[in-house]
Amino acid sequence: MYDIIIIGAGIIGTSVAYELAKYQLNICVLEAENDVSVGTTKANSAILHAGYDPKTGSLNAKLNVEGSILAKELCEKLDVPRKQIGSLVIAFSKEDLSTLEALYERGKQNGVADLQLLTAEETLEMEPHLNSEIFGALYAPTAAVVNPWEFALALGETAKINGVEFKFNQRVLDIQEENDFFSVITEKGSFKTKQVINAAGIHAEEIHRLVAPPTFKTIPCRGEYYLLDLEEGETVNHVIFQCPTKAGKGILISPTTHGNIIVGPNAENIAPELINTGADIANTSMGLEQVAKGARLSVPTINLSNSIRNFSGIRANTDREEFVIEKVIDDFYDIAGINSPGLTAAPAIARYLVDLMAEDGLVLTEKETFIDERTRVHFNDASIEEKQKIIKENPDYGRIICRCENITEGDIRQSLRQTLPASSVDGVKRRTIAGMGRCQGGFCGPRVVEIIADELNIAPTEVDLDKLGSRILTGITKEVN
Amino acid sequence: MYDLIVVGGGPAGLAAALSAYENGCEKILIVERDLELGGILNQCIHNGFGLHYFKEELTGPEYAERFIDQLKNTSIEVMLDTIVLEITEDKQVHTMSKENGYQLLQSKAIVLAMGCRERTRGAIQMPGSRPAGILTAGAAQRYVNIEGYMVGKKVVILGSGDIGLIMARRMVLEGAEVLACIELMPYSGGLTRNIVQCLDDFNIPLYLSHTITDVTGKDRLESITMAKVDDKRKPIPGTEQVIDCDTLLLSVGLIPENELSRNVGIQMDQQTRGAMVYENMETSISGIFACGNVLHVHDLVDYVSAESSLAGKAAAEYVQQQNNIAEKDFLTINNGQGISYILPQKIRKENVDKKVDLYYRVNQVYDTCIVSIQHQGEELAKFKRKNLAPGEMETIPLRKKLLDKVDIKELDIVVREA
Repeated sequence: MYDIIIIGAGIIGTSVAYELAKYQLNICVLEAENDVSVGTTKANSAILHAGYDPKTGSLNAKLNVEGSILAKELCEKLDVPRKQIGSLVIAFSKEDLSTLEALYERGKQNGVADLQLLTAEETLEMEPHLNSEIFGALYAPTAAVVNPWEFALALGETAKINGVEFKFNQRVLDIQEENDFFSVITEKGSFKTKQVINAAGIHAEEIHRLVAPPTFKTIPCRGEYYLLDLEEGETVNHVIFQCPTKAGKGILISPTTHGNIIVGPNAENIAPELINTGADIANTSMGLEQVAKGARLSVPTINLSNSIRNFSGIRANTDREEFVIEKVIDDFYDIAGINSPGLTAAPAIARYLVDLMAEDGLVLTEKETFIDERTRVHFNDASIEEKQKIIKENPDYGRIICRCENITEGDIRQSLRQTLPASSVDGVKRRTIAGMGRCQGGFCGPRVVEIIADELNIAPTEVDLDKLGSRILTGITKEVN
Repeated sequence: MYDLIVVGGGPAGLAAALSAYENGCEKILIVERDLELGGILNQCIHNGFGLHYFKEELTGPEYAERFIDQLKNTSIEVMLDTIVLEITEDKQVHTMSKENGYQLLQSKAIVLAMGCRERTRGAIQMPGSRPAGILTAGAAQRYVNIEGYMVGKKVVILGSGDIGLIMARRMVLEGAEVLACIELMPYSGGLTRNIVQCLDDFNIPLYLSHTITDVTGKDRLESITMAKVDDKRKPIPGTEQVIDCDTLLLSVGLIPENELSRNVGIQMDQQTRGAMVYENMETSISGIFACGNVLHVHDLVDYVSAESSLAGKAAAEYVQQQNNIAEKDFLTINNGQGISYILPQKIRKENVDKKVDLYYRVNQVYDTCIVSIQHQGEELAKFKRKNLAPGEMETIPLRKKLLDKVDIKELDIVVREA
């Protein structure tokens, strides 16, 4: 019997797992897919927002600003790539300037530090490639970019080291209320627990419906992106937002923690039936066109032809204006509708929920020891002497597998052995960035497959590209046969 | 201290090293990242290599073997399973391997021969979902020919580049069904002989002026939607056709792999995406040479070998200080009407013996045409050519006589219909 089952291992599930791991509780995270952060967490703009966007006094505003501060601490403590590069909201008209003033005031009231309104000249000095016709900008130096899947992975791994169990490929099919516990039934088994936290992201409404009539409606909203080659890394130095208008929030252009440029997202509500068909996260020519058009407004010379990947993600929008963080029935909690700035707010959302559960009577006794740190081998950042030393200890670090990003065999084997190990080519990619560069795995793909097969002791034909069953190879050739 | 370090042990690196050796260069090292020499030739098990260079038809591995065998009688050193991470202007080479760890090697000259990589799905902004079963033709070729694994059963090829065409035939021979080869342009990007031998002979339809407008499938590819494009290459509504398939191989172009060149500050050519080079394949940094597919993408390995021999010879001369060429005057060769690129881009007259071969590609299909060498609109030489296409690299000679005739700083190469 678990004290708590958390459904979903995205940024919310892992944040909650991390927060609850501090206490003497028996916790299990059930994830439908084969890895952490494979839903909305892996496909978004990867921005830690400063907090001037949500309405003053709202829950979202509070959690955004708190989350931004907590995320900074966590990234430092848990070795997560985060770069505080600041953000600029660009005004393209006089009306936009008054919107920026309102955002500035709102930000101040929300408690966002160091906000500044800039003239067009000041803005162009900071960002010379911006459209020269801009009217000014709102500068938020506390905004940052983060590696979102590493963030979730770090929180999950720290939770696991402190005793939280993780079970993957466990899609929840039913939840039965017994006398004083729940039976959570998955494709693979049944798990008893005293309490349930629903952090199922885009599937949160389905999970909710297993125990109670719906209190919110999910409106999945797709956003499409371009990821540009490292060569385009100088396009902008800050997160560049466009001034929000009635037409929408506009298209952002931002450096990533790794030095690529991310461009997107548009916003398109999609039919809920499309979820999990592959078509939900498809790219469309119309969507990519919208993103391209929007991006050229901010940076007319942006070189989208040097794109290395298009992708899209689904916002877990609901019919509510704010995040849904509440008790559904006794001992069952929803965390749903976590759209922007959910990635930023996640650590604060976790604390907010834990407080809520404590108020409802959950006994929180701190563990005597809580390991609150995590480090990885950063071979690429090491000095030549350090590299020589690392290779001497483990020669696998001497062999480059991914040529675009200089990822070694040592890095890849480590990703298959770490606390929450990879189980697919994309899992390796998320942990090491092997295959994330300009050749997109063209060279290293076959090698990575070989290493995965070796580490997991399976045949190369059993290696998945991404989710369970997404096999790359379909058999052996005639000659081998 | 080495006289010459050659980065890459594929056809370009092998030919350059051997030529440098034959021209008197003594301490030569080839650094190869793979476990064996030969580069991409090792996975090209089809024949058709060597018709120009050896006047006989060889497979890729056989072609490579000819060069590797020659190495055995030389003092050329080889480091396998070793990556070059960085080169510096003063010819320091940073290498890394399991066996030797991180090393700094000093050389007098460097030949860059890193080859090229394939353009990917991300570069062509293809709509649709992103399931397994979509891979570049070269990656598929490695799986099938080297590793012995099949990548699919019902295959569509996007792009009619040579690797795609070769893989179409290969997949059929391995028992897969190849349903279509789809090409955006109104002409094929591959060699005519490959269209005939790999598509026509196997009844694989080639759809020119077509593109893919959608991809479906969650875990594995299920179908693609193909549509005809107009003369602006935009899909024409109403022409869509769905093809059920589990595999999509991309053959949508090759890009020289120039991370090392760029990082050391070598001047690049926007068109070739390789280094700008002088008549002897020397880059803008004296003593660093480039050849093969890292310089520009070739159709035939035979030309790679010829070009690389030039680079190797020049490197040997550089090491022996037979010509300190950096300071001499040069003239620039410009891409004129009809030319997408031309190479070498700069020529130092004093270095030219009898002639320089200019390699070029046209930017559209020409039946019969005149390729003309011009100076400020005045025609200095002209060559009649037939059946020129962007998919086939061509050559014209630039003779010393012509260079001596006038004091010129620039020449334009222009194509016109005859």
